[in-house]
Amino acid sequence: MVDRSAIGRSFTPVTAQVEPGRLRYFCETIGEKNPIYRDAQAARAEGYSAIPVPPTYLFCLEMMDAENPFEFLTELGIDLARVLHGEQGFTYHIPAVVGDTLTFRSRVTDVTDKKGGAMTLIVVVTEVTRQDGAHIADTTRTIVVRNPKAA
Amino acid sequence: MTQATNGSVGDRVVHKAFPPITRHTLALYCGASGDHNPIHVDLDFARDAGFPDVFTHGMLVMAYLGQALTDAVRPQDIRAFSTRFAAITQLGAQLTCEGHVTELVDRDGEPCMKIALVARDEAGEAKLLGEAIVAR
Repeated sequence: MVDRSAIGRSFTPVTAQVEPGRLRYFCETIGEKNPIYRDAQAARAEGYSAIPVPPTYLFCLEMMDAENPFEFLTELGIDLARVLHGEQGFTYHIPAVVGDTLTFRSRVTDVTDKKGGAMTLIVVVTEVTRQDGAHIADTTRTIVVRNPKAA
Repeated sequence: MTQATNGSVGDRVVHKAFPPITRHTLALYCGASGDHNPIHVDLDFARDAGFPDVFTHGMLVMAYLGQALTDAVRPQDIRAFSTRFAAITQLGAQLTCEGHVTELVDRDGEPCMKIALVARDEAGEAKLLGEAIVAR
């Protein structure tokens, strides 16, 4: 079981490119029709240098280009079948757009037991930076681990 | 694009209905998002993990909520966006996303509004409860 000694653990940084084809597939999948996400001219008319990514797409980029997208689970000895996504947050500083190369650096910031140890909540904060070092965003995810019942 | 930047407290500025979630949607989202957790696409794996069937990626529902949000406000005006995954979203769920302005606030000296967001299924059960901070 994960305990508070995991706080401060960091994981292999992930570098991902915002590629137009993958972004288009994401938009198709979620039925996103907003021209700002599909048409470079519409994006430029709104002041972007290129097509921006939808609000949750940073989470996807990190998973798509990670060598092991579930590294933090394996590193902490957590069974994928026992996790649920509890909370997710994004704080945006600069828009991420097609053509950007982004680096994701994740670390564990909190571990809490709930319901008498039946569940463990793990908070992972990820800093997202661009190739020129600009701080693009921070993301926060809370993972719920359903612990096996004590024998 | 509808602009919510002049929203007042209590205004419903976000409202969008989505088609039912199918196994096909989940399979596509698996590839589109990089979230290859088999619990969302492999019935055998989901049953072994104690679930009656595969279920929706929480982040797919958050993507719908984000889509409903940026139908209403300019993406570049969103300062923060967060959600709590309140309940598992089942296959076939028909989601409706809504958002109401709850507060006008200053964030680092910038006038913003807080929008309370919710994604409900066709029975009215809240699946995601969220909040966005949007510049006004």
